[in-house]
Amino acid sequence: MIKHPVRGRFGLYGGQYVPETLMGALEELEGVWHEAKADAQFQLELAGHRHAFIGRPTPLYAASRLSAHFGGAHIHLKREDLCHTGAHKLNNAVGQALLALRMGKKRVIAETGAGQHGVAVATVAARFGLECTVYMGTEDMRRQSMNVRRMKLLEAEVKEVASGTKTLKDATSEAIRDWVTNVRTTHYIIGSVVGPHPYPEMVRDLQRVIGDEAREQYLSVDGKLPDVVVACVGGGSNAIGIFTAFLDDKDVLLVGVEAAGSGIRTGKHAASLVGGRPGVLHGAFSYLLQDGEGQVLPTHSISAGLDYPGVGPEHSFLRDAERVDYIAVGDKDAVAAFKLCTKLEGIMPALEPAHALHQAGVIARELGPGGRILVCLSGRGDKDMDSVEGV
Amino acid sequence: MSEASKLDRVLRADGDLKLVAYMMAGHPNKKRSLEVGKKLATSGVAALEIGIPFSDPLADGPVIQHAGQTALEHGMTVGACFELAAAVAEEGIPIVLMTYINPILAHDPRRFAAEAAQAGVAGIIVPDLPVEESEPVAGWLRAASLDTIFMVAPTTSPNRMESICEHSSGFVYCVTVTGITGARSDLPGGMKELLGEVKKHTKLPVAAGFGISRPEHMKALRGSADAAVVGSAIVAEIDKGNDPVPLVKGLLKACR
Ligand SMILES: Cc1ncc(COP(=O)(O)O)c(C=O)c1O
Repeated sequence: MIKHPVRGRFGLYGGQYVPETLMGALEELEGVWHEAKADAQFQLELAGHRHAFIGRPTPLYAASRLSAHFGGAHIHLKREDLCHTGAHKLNNAVGQALLALRMGKKRVIAETGAGQHGVAVATVAARFGLECTVYMGTEDMRRQSMNVRRMKLLEAEVKEVASGTKTLKDATSEAIRDWVTNVRTTHYIIGSVVGPHPYPEMVRDLQRVIGDEAREQYLSVDGKLPDVVVACVGGGSNAIGIFTAFLDDKDVLLVGVEAAGSGIRTGKHAASLVGGRPGVLHGAFSYLLQDGEGQVLPTHSISAGLDYPGVGPEHSFLRDAERVDYIAVGDKDAVAAFKLCTKLEGIMPALEPAHALHQAGVIARELGPGGRILVCLSGRGDKDMDSVEGV
Repeated sequence: MSEASKLDRVLRADGDLKLVAYMMAGHPNKKRSLEVGKKLATSGVAALEIGIPFSDPLADGPVIQHAGQTALEHGMTVGACFELAAAVAEEGIPIVLMTYINPILAHDPRRFAAEAAQAGVAGIIVPDLPVEESEPVAGWLRAASLDTIFMVAPTTSPNRMESICEHSSGFVYCVTVTGITGARSDLPGGMKELLGEVKKHTKLPVAAGFGISRPEHMKALRGSADAAVVGSAIVAEIDKGNDPVPLVKGLLKACR
């Protein structure tokens, strides 16, 4: 598996389709990131924050009642919901905040859908004394209102985005416009493995700790690897985070779960790899939900974090290379999985990984007793109580 | 390009600053934008820039975003933009199309280049296509005898400036502000130095754009730039249902 982009691309995908104004900043970021990656002092500092601030390593949990419910295959959950602030997003935000400090940038900005990335960035801004602005669509501010309150308490400025679909896509566009305007003083902390190079590679490198830990933890149970690793895919950061460690394990099936919303055939979904074709959005060439004219299509998912028409370029590469299987799970199944996991395990998952949990159940029934499934439980579900109760 | 192109000839300051007007194809609707296009073409501007709408225009401020959204809601397509460009080009004015890379990719870049040339378009600007990403699209545009106009920004490093100027034909577009499109009351500090720096790297005409909207801006640009591009201020007039020509005439007066 090619794991390092060549000239900013994973195969055909990726690149830097941004206004000229940003090219210098991307070049600087790439340089600073590679320097930091090779710097033992930086790695030590990052490890310290991972341990004491994020709460890593996160546990690997044997979901025995879910296993029994789905016919006996072993289901393990990688507990990213136990990260400080409640999702894997903080792994990336901490790393990028350290880079912002290294570059001498005193202001950070972010886009957010579910609000988890926004909360993570507001949190690191508080922790490291940075000024912070988070862009969020008005529709998402409504459905993830608890996270809006958290960001405000953390003293981040939350800017509402009322253009377009009023969700993650438009919040990202607004964040990029802010960056174009304030690039000299501001670092843009992108929340997933999307955007122009070097973001997809850098966010992957910061999130791969999920899979690195999980693989070791899994092996330590009985010396064997899982048959299948399942993760939800919005932009794709928790999925790349857990998949990367397993890419070379040829016998491990990797499954990425996109949001089928009301169903792929209804057109009301957010499954770019399953239902889109390659195009350019937010600086990268990757699978994209677009019409015949190249206009980006509105999306739908009950889960704000998956409600995005694009996907990270490395996923596009892994799809074409057939290393990862991508499938889509709809709103209803995700809500049912949310409720089931809450009821049987006492763990309330976010709606995003609830999509992966549903698929894990389907796979468990296929594999039967003896099957071995690892699921990335990317975040916790308190933020989604209103959405779920409304169904 | 060995032979000086049409844009290269008409955008060279000859004592006067040249004016380039921007409008969005299909804004506020197809019929009105054709009328507006013809009026602007005969208003005394040196060239007309026509935007092809895109759903997610990262380099544009609220005025042009809104114009693009309105055009799309009225069913504007790339094909209809070419029809508009062809009709306006009949007035004898060079047309530059400005759009984002995805509509070009979706249309098929080779076909896009051929149809643009067929419509009588002189050159293409793609604000999210830096020189590093420009091939093979730019190659096809050149093969269709279209000028490829690249942008220089205040944050562009000297070695990038060199390469941007080398890749450009027709003219070099100098983004004078660190930011997105949208009328601003004051021109940014350091603008003259930036334009001077670009001039050192190219023999092509240099057009200044982004934020430029007032007669006093024209006066300030005379002697530093060959041309000024005015977008949001004109689009805002069109959006209000006004005739943009009086605004253009006022700007032209300040160019002399
Ligand atoms: C808990 C959780 N999981 C997953 C996602 C989707 O993002 P990604 O695909 O980058 O992991 C989000 C995004 O907000 C999230 O909050």
